[in-house]
Amino acid sequence: MTPRRKQRLILTLILFTGTAVAITLALLALRENINLFFAPTAVQAGEAPRDASFRLGGMVVAGSIHRSDDGLEVRFDLTDTAETVAVIYRGILPDLFGEGQGVVTQGRLLSDGTFRAEQVLAKHDETYMPPEVNDALEKAQKMGLQ
Amino acid sequence: MIPEIGAFALVVALCLAVIQSTLPLAGAARGIPAWMNIAKPAACGQLLFVLIAYACLTWAFVTHDFSVLYVAHNSNLNLPLIYRISGVWAAHEGSLLLWLLILCGWTGAVTRFSRSVPDQMVARVLAILGLISVGFLLFLLLTSNPFERQFPAPLNGRDLNPLLQDPGLAIHPPMLYIGYVGFSVAFAFAIAALLGGRLDAAWARWSRTWTTLAWVFLTIGIALGSWWAYNELGWGGWWFWDPVENASFMPWLVGTALIHSLAATEKRGVFKAWTVLLAIFTFSLSLLGTFLVRSGILTSVHAFAIDPARGIFILAFLGIVIGGSLLLYAWRAPAIRSVGGFDWLSREVALLLNNILLVVTAATILLGTLYPLVLDSLQLGKISVGPPYFNTVFVPLTIPLALLAGIGAVSHWKRDRAWRLAKILWMPFAISLVLGLAWPFIGMPHYSIAAGLGGSLGLWAIFAALQGLWSRTSSGQRWESLRATPSGIYGMTLAHCGTGIFIIGIAFTSAYTVEKDLRMTPGDEYLLSGYRYRFDGVEDRDGPNYRADVGTITVFHDETEVARLYPEKRFYSRQSNAMTEAGIDAGLFRDLYVVIGEPLDENGSWSVRLYYNAFVRWIWLGPLFMALGGLIAVSDRRYRHLASRRTQSPLPGAATSAG
Repeated sequence: MTPRRKQRLILTLILFTGTAVAITLALLALRENINLFFAPTAVQAGEAPRDASFRLGGMVVAGSIHRSDDGLEVRFDLTDTAETVAVIYRGILPDLFGEGQGVVTQGRLLSDGTFRAEQVLAKHDETYMPPEVNDALEKAQKMGLQ
Repeated sequence: MIPEIGAFALVVALCLAVIQSTLPLAGAARGIPAWMNIAKPAACGQLLFVLIAYACLTWAFVTHDFSVLYVAHNSNLNLPLIYRISGVWAAHEGSLLLWLLILCGWTGAVTRFSRSVPDQMVARVLAILGLISVGFLLFLLLTSNPFERQFPAPLNGRDLNPLLQDPGLAIHPPMLYIGYVGFSVAFAFAIAALLGGRLDAAWARWSRTWTTLAWVFLTIGIALGSWWAYNELGWGGWWFWDPVENASFMPWLVGTALIHSLAATEKRGVFKAWTVLLAIFTFSLSLLGTFLVRSGILTSVHAFAIDPARGIFILAFLGIVIGGSLLLYAWRAPAIRSVGGFDWLSREVALLLNNILLVVTAATILLGTLYPLVLDSLQLGKISVGPPYFNTVFVPLTIPLALLAGIGAVSHWKRDRAWRLAKILWMPFAISLVLGLAWPFIGMPHYSIAAGLGGSLGLWAIFAALQGLWSRTSSGQRWESLRATPSGIYGMTLAHCGTGIFIIGIAFTSAYTVEKDLRMTPGDEYLLSGYRYRFDGVEDRDGPNYRADVGTITVFHDETEVARLYPEKRFYSRQSNAMTEAGIDAGLFRDLYVVIGEPLDENGSWSVRLYYNAFVRWIWLGPLFMALGGLIAVSDRRYRHLASRRTQSPLPGAATSAG
């Protein structure tokens, strides 16, 4: 083997090892940081994790939005038309949050079955429905017809 | 009538693009000059007709022609003129037309500034740009005609999405697109070189100018996008690892790698095959970016367009471009020979490591961005990958990159000595470590070791870059040697300083930014990081096409008033949309940033969010330096000098210059 080939071989090996290590680390990081999405039906069926953060999405039930006295804590119900989950959130809600809007929230379940949201995402278009919520609504409707 | 002219102009442009992409390619293969020479006039004609089409759409916007569906969806009688002009690229169809116009613009620039490039090469480059143009024209005409009419025409339009009614967003997409599309020139040069079997220093030099220019625009575009998100979204953040942001960041990372590897290819004739591959990757990621943003398959704040048919077209287009160029690469690459050898301690190795780090970073971001889409399409469940993933992989990869930038900038090509590097670099290293660790003591509310180390890293990038410039000079004739230093070196120094500024910005923002959600009644005060925010109440006000609640918050520091902020909540009646406008007082070392939420009771109480954002301006100042550095590098006299000389043979002589 000529010295130049040897150098190339070593460089290639370093490259591959480095990339492999990086990808492994990335996959590990990915496994810890993915957020699963659950619809209210899945949550009520006990499929959602009890001790980990996940995403819950659905439509805000009309008349379910209640504010606490200091005004920053908000309670509302999210539905996929089949089941409903009560959500509690502290902070300023996004501009497009409202009754009948499709929203996705990120947070975890409390022991009483309420969902404590750390983040509420409502999309910036009144006609837009988050794809996950749309799917969940369709699925729940199909189950209702059967 | 005008919209029909626009649609017709697009058809003519398609015909010209077909001619531009076929005849010259055949001519270049068979050596028929007449066929090759068709490329330039065809490209210019295409530019003219696309320009006509674009002008027609703009005209429809300016004159409120709501019989055009696209205008009716994105404009309104009350919309100010500037947003009617920028409204052209507010949604899917118009932004594709803009994409196309920019592609034709770059192609036109290639015809104008390529007199030094051999005719055969120019013909091939223009033909490949023409092929890309054919794809986009077909896409526009078949799936997303911006000139589609509706009868009867509505009396008024639906109005532009309020989020897009901001000067920042008016110029962000064009900048981003100029960058994205600019990489098509680097791609075309790489493919043309593969076709002609001519991968030499001259090719790298031509390619380098275009690549750097495209990179400058992309840098500005991304920074503008981040700045816009900070101003308009009202979350006080500057980067959300949103898939659409990632879509622009990936081509930037690989494009940055390409700039560095082109430097090695030009100066030393090494990494040729790798450089070609990077050019292909960069452009593919640019196309992927367009696909991700414009097909609406993402759960994202940017999901404005929802239409899977278009997605399938772009996916097929993407497959042809990437698959075709990789096939060509596999066929031609074995014949590529890199000439120079190099030692373990050399600038080549530093650049190689830089490339690996940048590409791996891009790959991990790609993984995080596409993973949810792949799982979803395989029906394996719906997931999302949040910012923690991206931060976990991005930070550890950036730290060695910044360390390496300092070493690479001062090291010699081919071979260097460890003691020489140590002698040059120990001082910037020591200074940046001490200053960086001491920095959080000055003017900061508390000490943060993370901010100190981040500050050290940023300062290291800056001081090492400056040391690189200094070490080129010799005592006694500093001024003369500085003047003799080519502007490419100044450009690199400036860009590396920009990286340092950016890192310092991130480190301090993450360590010292604080936010607080509050209920505030007029007269209420709150102390945040030494600043006292006083809420003075909210009033009504009318805008041109909206109604607004405007809050007043006065901020004091050491009992003196430093700022009066007017955060707004706007209601755009036409789209029944609400929009938050943050009240911001910008400063080099801190931003005071407030948004108002909702009215809470009869006493004028509102929910209010207060922010103290430390050093956030540095995050955009850094990219500004990088872009400026890129511009200075492009203006390098060496390129113009060499470009004006006909370079017929591969230049082995260029490999020996040390710059």
